[in-house]
Amino acid sequence: MIEFLQQLINGLSQGAIYALIALGYTMVFGVLRFINFAHGDIYMLGAFAGFYTAPKLLALTGGGPSYAGAALVLVVAMALCAVAGVLIERVCYRPLRAQPRLTVLIAAIGVSLFLENGGQFFFGADPQAFPEIIADSAIELPASWGGFSALTVTVGQVIVIGSAIVLLAGLRAVVMHTRTGMAMRALSLNPLAASLMGVNTDAVISFTFGIGSALAGAAGILTSIQQPSIDPLMGINAGLKAFVAAVLGGIGNIPGAALGGVIIGILEALVVGYVNPTYRDPLVFVVLILVLLVKPSGLLGKPEREKV
Amino acid sequence: MRGPKVLLLIALLVCAGASGFAGAINPYYYDILISIGINILLAVSLNLVTGYTGQFSLGHAGFMAVGAYFSAWVTLTCGQALGGSPPSATGLFLLALIGGGFAAAAAGLVVGVPSLRLRGDYLAIVTLGFSEIIKGVIQNAEPLGAQRGLGGMVQHTNFFWTYAFVALAIYGILTLVHSTYGSGFLAVRDDEIAAESMGINTTKYKVLAFVIGAFMAGIAGGLYAHFKQFIHPEGFNFLKSVDIVVMVILGGMGSTAGVCLAAVILTILPEFLRTVSDYTWLPAPVRELAENRMILYSLLLIVLMLTRPQGLFGKVDLRRKKP
Amino acid sequence: MSLLEIENVTMQFGGLKCVNDLTFRMDDNELVGLIGPNGAGKTTVFNLTTGVYRPTAGAIRFLGRSVAGQRPYKITGRGIARTFQNIRLFSSLSVFDNVRTACNMHLRHGISHALFRGRGYAAEEKEIHATVMELLEIFGLAGMCDRPGASLPYGDQRRLEIVRALATRPKLLLLDEPAAGMNPSEKEHLMQLIRFTKEKFRLAILLVEHDMKVVMGICERIVVLDYGSKIAEGTPEQIRHDPKVIAAYLGKEAA
Repeated sequence: MIEFLQQLINGLSQGAIYALIALGYTMVFGVLRFINFAHGDIYMLGAFAGFYTAPKLLALTGGGPSYAGAALVLVVAMALCAVAGVLIERVCYRPLRAQPRLTVLIAAIGVSLFLENGGQFFFGADPQAFPEIIADSAIELPASWGGFSALTVTVGQVIVIGSAIVLLAGLRAVVMHTRTGMAMRALSLNPLAASLMGVNTDAVISFTFGIGSALAGAAGILTSIQQPSIDPLMGINAGLKAFVAAVLGGIGNIPGAALGGVIIGILEALVVGYVNPTYRDPLVFVVLILVLLVKPSGLLGKPEREKV
Repeated sequence: MRGPKVLLLIALLVCAGASGFAGAINPYYYDILISIGINILLAVSLNLVTGYTGQFSLGHAGFMAVGAYFSAWVTLTCGQALGGSPPSATGLFLLALIGGGFAAAAAGLVVGVPSLRLRGDYLAIVTLGFSEIIKGVIQNAEPLGAQRGLGGMVQHTNFFWTYAFVALAIYGILTLVHSTYGSGFLAVRDDEIAAESMGINTTKYKVLAFVIGAFMAGIAGGLYAHFKQFIHPEGFNFLKSVDIVVMVILGGMGSTAGVCLAAVILTILPEFLRTVSDYTWLPAPVRELAENRMILYSLLLIVLMLTRPQGLFGKVDLRRKKP
Repeated sequence: MSLLEIENVTMQFGGLKCVNDLTFRMDDNELVGLIGPNGAGKTTVFNLTTGVYRPTAGAIRFLGRSVAGQRPYKITGRGIARTFQNIRLFSSLSVFDNVRTACNMHLRHGISHALFRGRGYAAEEKEIHATVMELLEIFGLAGMCDRPGASLPYGDQRRLEIVRALATRPKLLLLDEPAAGMNPSEKEHLMQLIRFTKEKFRLAILLVEHDMKVVMGICERIVVLDYGSKIAEGTPEQIRHDPKVIAAYLGKEAA
């Protein structure tokens, strides 16, 4: 039982990462009906943004790992990734908006490969150590919790899950309670009608990319707290799993992406813990194929019909 | 229609003739020639699936892997048993090659059938997934060398066999696509719903495209295995699939001539880029960049999509959005 | 036995009933019109009959056998062909090839013949060539047979779609708003074309159309839908004066 709970906790913190990345996939799909192949690499850019800026930012907040410093690193990385995302959309995807989806899908593959190989070229292909921005340690659980006090919960895990919850709440506030958020929802339901109602399609799409990329960047920083080894190809694996999470939850559906991320994270932890660690990566493909065969619209999604 | 068959015969004779001279060529150029042939086979087979039938497949390397490993395993295990006299060795090689093709075709069936309901983006991801699963299976299969790779194959692949299969493949695809039967593939690509309504069994054509495409990729894999004499699972990963996709896109989806030309260009390009590092009059960063083939490939993809999505000779009007 | 029997068919998407308990039938060689205000469910009826949708309830029988929920290509094989509201030609194919694809289902030879190209193949391809050219001739499109189908003027594209559907040798032809976007003289030609097609090919035709002149001009019988339900059925004269029909189109005050 304790073992199971431990796996759940580990899975939850990993799932939070997947959820944050999955949101970017799902939001972009919602407004553009397009899978941004390069999204996982934004996550990688976030980690590297933190890698390069952390030393200087931490110096500003007193020199060592601290909550203030970490928050600063997080915000800066999110901002940089937002800019990157908006830039990529503007240069590579917007000109192709009138083209069949295949064209922009191929362009996205090109962007992804460019980021990965460019990253290897400019950052170096070897894994590097992300600087410590938070003093991570295991939390002492009170003995009064009985058997549960044997669980290992680290500060890092709490930070990750906590930050993810805060970011998700912030996203929900933006999507549900701001005009831009409403514009996003309108665009995802009916692009033509939305633009006819005065929605600035280009601006809203840029905004969507910006937010999605910022969240991916946040995921990059949060992940580096727990797994400090970063490399330019780290976005491939995480991106793929986050994509499957988005599909599992129902692509285009925001709560679905969060739910999917958590499920994938927990499933992964359970498979690693109880079955076989080598099945960790192929697991997502199996999940993907099952979802697409059984319920392609995902857990929370609605089936889309083609108008004949 | 005697035309195409006569052309095929001529092509095969030319191959036989040219292979006589092949031995006299500098080994480096011979290497490139064989690689070109194998790449043409890969590009043309993917073109059937993606270019002519409109099924975007990102997992073609998986089929190549099946063919490579199957044929390698056959020649390695049965090769000793047969003793090794040239005619029987060649005969075994051919059997292994065709067997590899059929094995890959079976994989094509397994991939094609579940993918039927999927379009565009989803299909791409699922085919990628299947390719990774195939790679994963090989990586865990001891008799196939697992993570260490598989080596020791006899170099049966030569100019004649490579280009004979290329000629056969091109013949097969062109005759198929220009027949009334084959027009079904094109109809599926252009408008699936309309095609179904005109009596075309879209399922059959989609699966058939995958199966035939996989068969040819399997043959290409077998030729590759008996050329390099060593194969490794990582040689058949996503990047290899992207390599093949770039050839099809550069050539122009649906144009066999285009993808052949693209295959030639993209086989020679890395070799050419290698020599750029010798041009000391270029600044060092440029030379370093030239060595990084993938960065240039990725830029090529982006620029191509932004400026000329139909590639060199593409007939499909990729500029118009479908209704 | 009627040619087409639609019996108590309902098509429900979530909470919306696009077609509500619809019943009507068609016989050989009839020209029936299916009309109703926008959103009445007319194209949905087409989609149900051709297998694009599976009915939520009810039965659809063609020549006595059920076609509900069958794959579209099989239904076409039984003898139902259609055109589309938004023209769906094969955009990368020539006019000739567009029609040729529809001959696929009647091929006696299969893939091996396409590959090995024996004498049987050549003979059949010749036959198909002749059939396609004949059809194109009849409809005045033969001169453009090598042009890309999508490059034709709008009216010609609509005719091409009809030719393509005819190449499947149907017994029942479903025409979805063939007069859309045509000027009055083109509509006149279309009316003659439809009458001619029906006689020459001995078909039954089910026509969805908004232009009342066309509908009243050629249809022998008319079925009227509103919000998915049948509200009237009869000859053009009867429909013209039916208060329910007038109310559906113009509002209750006009009736």
